Amino acid sequence: MSKFITILEGLDRRWIFLAMAISVAGPILFIGITGKTLPETPTPTARAVYRAIEALSPGTPVLISFDFDPASGGELTPMATSLVHQCAARGLRMVFIALWPLGPQLIDETIKRVILADYPKLKEGVDYVNLGFQSGNESVMKVMLTDFAKAFPITKNGVAVGDVVALKGIQRVDNFPLLITISAGYPGAKEWIQYVISSSGGKIKMVTGCTGVQTPGLYPYYPVQLNGLLGAIKGAAEYESLVNSSLAPKDTSAAIPAKYLEAQRRMGPQLGAHLLMIALIILGNIAFFAQRNSKVRATS
Amino acid sequence: MKPSKTWVIVVAVIVVLVGIRMTIGQGMARAYVERIDQSVEVKANDIHGASTEKWTEWHPVAPKKFEAAQKADPSQTKFAFSWANTIGLWLAAFFTLAIFSFLYRDNPGYRLAEAVIIGVSAAYWGVIGFWDTLVPKLFGALTHTLVHDQVLPSLPAPTTFQVVAMCFALALGLMLLMRLAPKGGWISLWPISFIIGVTAGLKIVSHVESDLVAQSIATFKPLVQPIVSSESAQSGWMLWPTIWASLANILLVVGVLCCLTYFFFSVEHKGVAGRAARVGIMYLMITFGAAFGFTVMGRVALLAARIEFLFDDWLWLIDPAGKRIVEVASAIGSMLC
Repeated sequence: MSKFITILEGLDRRWIFLAMAISVAGPILFIGITGKTLPETPTPTARAVYRAIEALSPGTPVLISFDFDPASGGELTPMATSLVHQCAARGLRMVFIALWPLGPQLIDETIKRVILADYPKLKEGVDYVNLGFQSGNESVMKVMLTDFAKAFPITKNGVAVGDVVALKGIQRVDNFPLLITISAGYPGAKEWIQYVISSSGGKIKMVTGCTGVQTPGLYPYYPVQLNGLLGAIKGAAEYESLVNSSLAPKDTSAAIPAKYLEAQRRMGPQLGAHLLMIALIILGNIAFFAQRNSKVRATS
Repeated sequence: MKPSKTWVIVVAVIVVLVGIRMTIGQGMARAYVERIDQSVEVKANDIHGASTEKWTEWHPVAPKKFEAAQKADPSQTKFAFSWANTIGLWLAAFFTLAIFSFLYRDNPGYRLAEAVIIGVSAAYWGVIGFWDTLVPKLFGALTHTLVHDQVLPSLPAPTTFQVVAMCFALALGLMLLMRLAPKGGWISLWPISFIIGVTAGLKIVSHVESDLVAQSIATFKPLVQPIVSSESAQSGWMLWPTIWASLANILLVVGVLCCLTYFFFSVEHKGVAGRAARVGIMYLMITFGAAFGFTVMGRVALLAARIEFLFDDWLWLIDPAGKRIVEVASAIGSMLC
């Protein structure tokens, strides 16, 4: 036992990095080859996101803000895919904006991956529009409260917003009954709540998908100021399973496309990494208490 | 055996496995594109007559599309191997591994990747700042005709107020740059004061509305929260949902009061106040634990995404999207044998 404790105390941290790499890579290989994913049970916050979108009637405009960049893509891209998937299936008018400079490219990728691939009948400018990036952070949100066209005068493709059918009837941000933000930091979900939701007097509902780092800070806003919350990859996997089960064709046994299983695939590596971390925490505590006991014995 | 030798062996094994992977089955890390010819009819105007503009776009496609097309017609030109995309793929894999190599120790590969990231980010922010802020907002207001005719034909004409506001913004911006001047650096204090004043004003109002008032209201919860089923309204409260909802409310109220007590330093933390503060510490510790757990989950998700990229796009070991024809499992089997 004492030899084992000695090895633990002097363990090179790089062995832990290697163990973490194996615990993440192993499940990725297994899931990638077998195609099997872990079952998910949606929690109330994920169900609330689904219900908030499902409650809207077809043709209702929704504002979707991509407030992230590729650095957070591992967590947030699956959420973006599933959110747009449900909105497109529901027939909502999707107005995409970005408060992060790389957001417009991510919007284009999501449109290509979901709308152009699976909903080719939806027309750009009519059923959806990408208004691109606008610099200014919170000030853009404040301007949107009074004049939406002033905040986003032209689309990403250079068309004046007055000529865009998808924006018919939109004068201010509170003309959107639902705001969806996919958020990785500042500006993001917290700023939307502080500057738009609080000032709108309850006219707009808001749901968000955010990174794990942001999630604990956003829970206090649920369910009064925030109507639904997808926290980190776990929230994404829950919501993804919910959307997939509701949109899966009932009469066929066709496989769900891989792009709609991205979050659920990443829950395998999560399991491996978390088991390793739990084991390391237990081992670390054993080593700590053993060391303390030996010191107490030595001094007495 | 010294640790450094062990690690050399580990890295050598990985390099050998990648080398073997390159030579078996379909190989690895190649990108293909599809040729799409585009054309648009240009209407006649005062300067040019009517014409048809033609161009070719190359869109990335799955390798199996290229292979299927080659099998059907080896001389086809619609699909092609893309050197540019393939080099991009290898560079992405190299930089991913170079960043990961820091986990072993600092090395030139990591420093190169770090320098490239910083350089690219700085350049990108410069370009974004110019084209998304200066051109549409400042130049679009002050030299609207030039910007409208040359860059953004749909840019609406600015109002007089916008032009005046942009003149003010330009003046503040130039004053801010005085920080760099050898004399007159004090002039930059004025725009800084303006920025701080506006930011404070915006944030105080929003924080009071959304955090102080709204969160205080959200804390006023009934300690007994009756849950009545819509189906069995006649039979009264549902026992367990009522207990759970009430317990959640009690925990919330107790947690808020105890955490506030912990941060209330006007009273010595002894007796009732001391016990409440101790409970407050426990709440805070649970909160920090939850935050740590969520952070770990986020970081593991990012690691999984990079490893997925290496296994799928680079090594062609897995193929969840069905981009390739050859059975992945057989390729792995042959690699292991």
